[in-house]
Amino acid sequence: MTATDAKNIQTLELMAVKIRKHVIEMLYHAKSGHPGGSLSAVDALVTLYFSHMFHDPKKPDNPDRDRFILSKGHAAPALYAVLAESGYFSVKELIKLRTINCRLQGHPVCLYTPGVEASTGSLGHGLSFASGVALAGKLDKKSYHVYVMLGDGETNEGQIWEAAAAASHYKLDNLTALIDRNFLQIDGNTEEVLRLESVYDRWTAFGWNVVEIDGHDIREIEEALQNTDTHRNQPSVIILDTIKGKGVSFMENNVDFHGVPPNEMEYKLAIEELTRIEQKLRGR
Amino acid sequence: MTKKEMKNPRTAYGETLVRLGDIYQNLVVLDADLSKSTKTILFAKKFPQRFFEMGIAEANMISTAAGLASAGKLPFCSTFAVFATGRVYDQIRMDLAYSQANVKIFATHGGISVGKDGASHQMIEDISLMRVLPNMTVLAPSDYTQTSRIVELMAEHVGPMYARIGRADAPVLYSEEYIEHISLGKGMQVEDGDDATIIACGTMVDAAFDAHHLLKKKGLSVRVIDMHTIKPLDEQLVLKCAKQTGCIVTVEEHSIIGGLGSAVAEVLAEKNVGKTIRFRRMGINDTFCESGEPKDLLEKYRLNEKHVATQIQSMISN
Repeated sequence: MTATDAKNIQTLELMAVKIRKHVIEMLYHAKSGHPGGSLSAVDALVTLYFSHMFHDPKKPDNPDRDRFILSKGHAAPALYAVLAESGYFSVKELIKLRTINCRLQGHPVCLYTPGVEASTGSLGHGLSFASGVALAGKLDKKSYHVYVMLGDGETNEGQIWEAAAAASHYKLDNLTALIDRNFLQIDGNTEEVLRLESVYDRWTAFGWNVVEIDGHDIREIEEALQNTDTHRNQPSVIILDTIKGKGVSFMENNVDFHGVPPNEMEYKLAIEELTRIEQKLRGR
Repeated sequence: MTKKEMKNPRTAYGETLVRLGDIYQNLVVLDADLSKSTKTILFAKKFPQRFFEMGIAEANMISTAAGLASAGKLPFCSTFAVFATGRVYDQIRMDLAYSQANVKIFATHGGISVGKDGASHQMIEDISLMRVLPNMTVLAPSDYTQTSRIVELMAEHVGPMYARIGRADAPVLYSEEYIEHISLGKGMQVEDGDDATIIACGTMVDAAFDAHHLLKKKGLSVRVIDMHTIKPLDEQLVLKCAKQTGCIVTVEEHSIIGGLGSAVAEVLAEKNVGKTIRFRRMGINDTFCESGEPKDLLEKYRLNEKHVATQIQSMISN
């Protein structure tokens, strides 16, 4: 690793902390929303938007842009924060999340928010939508790549497997799915709610190129994205080994924070913890 | 107006898609293992690169179409009406209606005249389900000519749209000269009359036309309206017919709940017609139907020209 790479990684890690702080701020002000699954998704989102994807906030409709679809729509706060920090809209708008007359709806809506590709929130649709964008890319011989993030619990949905079959059938190698494998869904551990293992074997059996990595290691995420981008004749899936609530100790692996925002005390504690992480990163 | 030969509206759909494929380079077609029945196979043969066989996976078909539309394509999705709506309601709601995606759903095998396959395949709730969705346009063309024109209009119009036709051959009601009179949101007067108005859609326009002639022999003059667009409804035409004839009967191969009849009833109940109106909805009376020959089913469930004529006669004479 060169010095420049290390510097870049540090910049991205600092951005990830910043995004996590935004998420906490947004949910605290909204007094509702989903902290756990937003925080677990942050590192992949930051890598995609600030390092990997070809996109331009000034030209959100550029037909050649790479696309990101947040199929697990409840992680909207993380997506909004990343879009705002990228420059799609003002960071000041973030704390209006979930308030009336605001374009930052509880779940993403493509019509309202610049940078949001698909309206999600009802789980299971995003992989199909992403496949459609990828099919269009193939037809038009475009070089863009389509990324879609799924929740691990979300893969309970039957439509995911319809899409998995179709994307493999159509050899959509311009499509990469990222599974936020945090092992928790609302009613508990994914293996107790409705067993998912072996996630690796399932996707392999459906004809996908499967990669498993640490979903909080930005270097690993970037490497995996580069490798899957160039993989041919198969769609790829990156299983992101993540921690629900990542970055805030009392939210980590705590299913109670799936859909409950921090109260005032928790909010202050969370911001303090994230600030300490930030200082540690800067001192490195 | 005179009826001509029997032609299948499904063929009109397939042939029009082929014609439009040359005009719209971005037109793509998706089907769910029913392309021989929906006639999208005609497009598939001419434009194999732009046809996507999605297999028996309708939910994926609808959401995939939304993705294609977001990248500038003009997708038409087809399967039977029963699988094209109820089975994929959430996908249509989120990915098409809420997102205002430029996706067209063209469903065949609507209504009970599907026949022997039975109630599992006889879709009588689709118009209701689609009509309730914000941003959705709902269409039920009646014959070969109208179907061709409606498909063209669907391609021209931007936004999510649902159209349904039946399975069977149907008499050609409109000759070529009528094509310019077919426009979205505008009902068409098939026959004029003063004593009552039949407002029908899809397969039932033909029954309404025949009922008009049965009643004519009995000295009654009954207007027939082909209401191919159920949403947005041609409210002005409904009000005009109500004022001028004082008696309205709606006829549809669909549940009486939520479809054309309900749409017309909403207008008559809320708008000031200025006089008392006699009104009836004819359709499937909140029941599932059964297997059988189409003509036997339409007789049993009171959806043929004879029953329409009897209904009108009883309303006028009372």
